[in-house]
Amino acid sequence: MARLRGATYADVRVMHMRQRDLTTKNGQVGTLGQSESLGLGIRVIASGAWGFASTDVMTREGVAACAAQAVAIAKASALAKKKDVRLAHEAAYVDSWQSPFVKDPFEIPLETQLKLLLAADEAMRRVKGVTLTETDMQFRKVDTWFASSEGSKIHQRRVVSGCGIVATCFQGDAIQKRSYPNSFGGQHVLGGYELIESLDLLKHAPRVAEEAVALHDATQCPERTGTLILGGSQLGLQIHESIGHPIELDRVLGQEANFAGTSFLTLDQLHHLRYASPIVNVVADARISHGPGLGTFAYDDEGVPAQRIDIIKDGEFCGYLSSRETAHLIGLERSGGTVRTEGWNRLPMIRMTNVSILPGPWTLEHLIADTNEGILMETNRSWSIDDRRYQFQFSTEIAWEIQGGKKTRMLKNPSYSGITTEFWNSCDAICNAGHWLLWGTPNCGKGQPMQTMGTGHGASPARFRNVKIGTAFSDE
Amino acid sequence: MRGAATKRGKAGGEALRDGRELRAIAATVLRLAKQRGVKEAEVHVEEVVDALTRFANNAIHQNVAEHGLTVSIRTLVDGRTARVTTNRVEEDALRAALENSLALAASQPKDPHLLPLPGKQKYRALQRFIPATAKLTAEARARAVKRACELAARRGQIAAGIFESGQSQTVLSNSRGLFAAYRQTQAEFSVTLQQGGAASWAKANAADVRAIDPIALARTASEKAKRAQNPVELDPGRYTVILEPAAVLDLAGFLFYDFAATAVEDKRSCFSGRMGKTLFGKNITITDDVYHPEQLGPPFDGEGLPRQRVVLVDKGVLRNLVYSRRSAKTARTYPTGHGFALPNEYGEAPMNLVIAGGNSSLEEMVRSTERGLLVTRLWYIREVDPYEKIMTGMTRDGLYLVEKGQIGRAARNFRFNQSILEMLGNVELLGTAHRASGEESMEMVVPPMKIRGFQFSEVTKF
Repeated sequence: MARLRGATYADVRVMHMRQRDLTTKNGQVGTLGQSESLGLGIRVIASGAWGFASTDVMTREGVAACAAQAVAIAKASALAKKKDVRLAHEAAYVDSWQSPFVKDPFEIPLETQLKLLLAADEAMRRVKGVTLTETDMQFRKVDTWFASSEGSKIHQRRVVSGCGIVATCFQGDAIQKRSYPNSFGGQHVLGGYELIESLDLLKHAPRVAEEAVALHDATQCPERTGTLILGGSQLGLQIHESIGHPIELDRVLGQEANFAGTSFLTLDQLHHLRYASPIVNVVADARISHGPGLGTFAYDDEGVPAQRIDIIKDGEFCGYLSSRETAHLIGLERSGGTVRTEGWNRLPMIRMTNVSILPGPWTLEHLIADTNEGILMETNRSWSIDDRRYQFQFSTEIAWEIQGGKKTRMLKNPSYSGITTEFWNSCDAICNAGHWLLWGTPNCGKGQPMQTMGTGHGASPARFRNVKIGTAFSDE
Repeated sequence: MRGAATKRGKAGGEALRDGRELRAIAATVLRLAKQRGVKEAEVHVEEVVDALTRFANNAIHQNVAEHGLTVSIRTLVDGRTARVTTNRVEEDALRAALENSLALAASQPKDPHLLPLPGKQKYRALQRFIPATAKLTAEARARAVKRACELAARRGQIAAGIFESGQSQTVLSNSRGLFAAYRQTQAEFSVTLQQGGAASWAKANAADVRAIDPIALARTASEKAKRAQNPVELDPGRYTVILEPAAVLDLAGFLFYDFAATAVEDKRSCFSGRMGKTLFGKNITITDDVYHPEQLGPPFDGEGLPRQRVVLVDKGVLRNLVYSRRSAKTARTYPTGHGFALPNEYGEAPMNLVIAGGNSSLEEMVRSTERGLLVTRLWYIREVDPYEKIMTGMTRDGLYLVEKGQIGRAARNFRFNQSILEMLGNVELLGTAHRASGEESMEMVVPPMKIRGFQFSEVTKF
């Protein structure tokens, strides 16, 4: 229909999205909801420019009207274009793929899911001093049917599961909290209910609550420049903010200048910038062989097969996240396959897939034993970075002092800050595959209208030298 | 009911459905519930038509439109409640959603604190649907964008931004006779002008697109970008700052959930244990007022209760919180009409904050400053300490040194770690309050502020 109206290229995504959300708070059910949404988005190139329209009117007339609107919008775009859109070549594919899972979370009785959350909630509330307990589970099942005017017809089904618990303690003039397995919603993977069962919430709930209370009596994290060891989930977020975002080619090219920002990784830095120390290797890998991450799929939302791209090799910056439109600008013949959409009513755009640091040789025990004086920080509490991704500051829920190769006293209100490349060049040890986990970040925002996307970040604990520690709470 | 899509095909200006269609969907759900023997059911029908033209490098690179409708059904049976949302409106789909809601509700323990649905309410009429905004086409947006890009190109600059226009309507109804309906339009223009390694920015948001002047905004951003060249690196430390409205909004806006009675009850608000205390300067008064002429949003909350104007902070003293029906009952007071749709664990929040202004102009603030910094906007603001309300973030798109009453050279962007509680106790001058639009907080009515002792902790490379 779009071609008939003058489009030189068209693709369509029909998406059926189902979601279940459960939360508890202080022993009571909080949110209990389920939703589904079915619709389609049509993306076209007409008069050399992009147009996109979406609809949930799934009749022949509704779809025809949507296609016509997409073409009309493209023609309006052409009023303010500089040159025609050009797409990198991609073969046409006819395929169907389903992400692997053992237990369909939508088939697990709600009673079972709520019972587990309420039991974890109760286990945290039993700890004296805890003032707020929260738990959550979230499940998504998304079917996408992609078709393009170039002949691709691809169906994918992705099942995502997530879960987390949080204990908060308000005491005196401070609020402290601890989360498991991660903060801001917990851990999320491309998988089924087996994730929830593997987390053993009931075992961790009392510890999480005890630590939230104990933090009040802990020593304030000192302000100094020194050695820092980051836990895996915090390193995952560090990768997300200071590597994952700056390598997005649309950002590099100025397409996000008004909102998400630009990037210090200008095109002249490719294959020239010493991004990190030589032990650091980072990849963007969307293939299932990398693991069941939130950035794992068989094809991206332009119909390009999942790939592994080297981002940092032996410390050298060597790759961007690209699309069919941007690939040729960095001399690639083919897109890196990183274009994704939040839903049927959103335009697909360059997003992180699984941007992961590859494991090193250390065990965490050996790494701590090898550290004479340092601070080990775990579980993110806040994150912020400038709009070109140079200067960052993170704080975590908890830290431990390391003295003479031993993990000693607990520290509260830990934070650290730095300049991206200086920080990554100070990395001198990375823990091994036994400590490596593909963390899910379910809440990455980008684009206008805003799109929330899940990204994956494989990481194991790592050590950094000469890091500025404690500035967030400095009074100077 | 859903076949009326033939008005599409032109690039924009697409119409919402006749409100009677949404009313009919709501009535169908309540009829199905009654037939099923469900005594308490609530239905929320929402329709959104939105279009957004995005530009960068002096050209349009993304241009999108969406039209969607959702039906959200909540049932209450025997002290249990759950919500199911769908965008299918055929009777069979609505019946299935109703059944799902009942099944979800039945799967949980009884909630002894669950309240019955509210009955019929009265609402103050609000006219926030502007036909000129609703009719704006993709061509009209593209022409405005083209003019902004041409202005940039003439000045050797690069423009990026958005021009968005949209409309929405909502119907909320329940089996106890409550019926609420509302519709509004909204337009937004945001522009960044880049020159060399520097940039600046301007943005406006309103129900009426005619209140937005894209070229004037582009001109402002252009002039500030020119002034932002070759920034000087200053030492971190405490500075007097003049925050433009977007910077005030994006920082002070982070207080909004702290005013929720549920947050205080949960002891996660910075106002826990501080009710009735003087927390800010005497020049700070904060209300929540959906009826303010520059605000947007419906006159009812997620349960259908009428929103009330609430004075939260009066001359620096924390006087009131906002309440849903449930938190009001716990606190033995009256709901203020700020509840979120149930079930949820967050309770309520003020969504239409107004910080009272003063009578100083931005120019007067600059003239009265011996040494300070003028801040265009802030970026990536996150909470570092929830009780002292210390926030971190960066300055962005135009930070200028003010010396001896004059705006001087641009400065490299700073990271701040600043308590909002302390900040609102250090406000020296306030300008006139208007609707402001940033990127971190929802739109509010706020004034520009001159503040002493604002803490910058580190500097970045640009």
